Amino acid sequence: MQDIRKALFVGSRSDGKLIQRPMSPHLQVYRFRLSMFLSILNRITGVIATGGATLGVLWLSAAAKGPKSFDTARKVTGNPLGKLVLAGWLTSVVYHTVGGIRHLMWDSGYRFEKEQINKDGPVAVGVSAGVSVLLVAALLITCGRSGGRSKVGKAS
Amino acid sequence: MDSSVSHIKVMRSQLGRARGLGAGGSGTEHWWAERVSAATLLPLSAWFVIQIFRLKGASHDTVVKWGGKPVNATMLTALIITTFHHAGVGLQVIVDDYVHGKLHKPTRILVKAATALIGLLGVFSVIKLVISGVSRKS
Repeated sequence: MQDIRKALFVGSRSDGKLIQRPMSPHLQVYRFRLSMFLSILNRITGVIATGGATLGVLWLSAAAKGPKSFDTARKVTGNPLGKLVLAGWLTSVVYHTVGGIRHLMWDSGYRFEKEQINKDGPVAVGVSAGVSVLLVAALLITCGRSGGRSKVGKAS
Repeated sequence: MDSSVSHIKVMRSQLGRARGLGAGGSGTEHWWAERVSAATLLPLSAWFVIQIFRLKGASHDTVVKWGGKPVNATMLTALIITTFHHAGVGLQVIVDDYVHGKLHKPTRILVKAATALIGLLGVFSVIKLVISGVSRKS
């Protein structure tokens, strides 16, 4: 198959010979693979995790500022929309962690064959989903039980 | 094609080759910074998740007391610095990949400044918690 953009991708090697430069993956042409989705998902969840960490810092600074600011922060974290945001942050952090561990494994030379990567992809999705659901459910259930505001002094 | 590869002369100084620095003027520091901070974040984040389970729904007093404890303050500061270092390093790669032309450098500087400032806000919040814990006792 001829791609007209190929004319723009001609370069010369350091010995002067003309060569075809490599082109970027072609999203409209490539068949969808789980690995390409998980790859970009690692970046997206990394950005979301950064946003969540910013919210975490704001929570901490609210606690440092005083009871009034902390009360405002608790209104946000106690709100259903706030809880949804927290759940999204937690899920993103979990997937980014799983993806990061896979990257560390690949960098050390393990599970980097094509078949292994394709086999591990669904496992990574399953583990992330399982851990996320477990953490979010545990937080929501125990939070609902304690009734929010009235709880004092459990954390020592 | 393979046979011609060995005849290519490398146009780099001996010192440059020894230092492992390419045309970009830098070596593998960025890559290493990303991996080392990622590995460091694994135990630190696990600690923080456990703390959140202990703290959820806690009152302002409890949170201030918690953050003022030396071990908690140390772990929090380490977590905040490592998190925003990792975020800055990671976001820089995304900017390098997707932002081109005149906007590239300003965006990079913006990412660096934002991650540094938010991290500093976190660090100073911890310092404030520690100080208010000390001043309350005396």
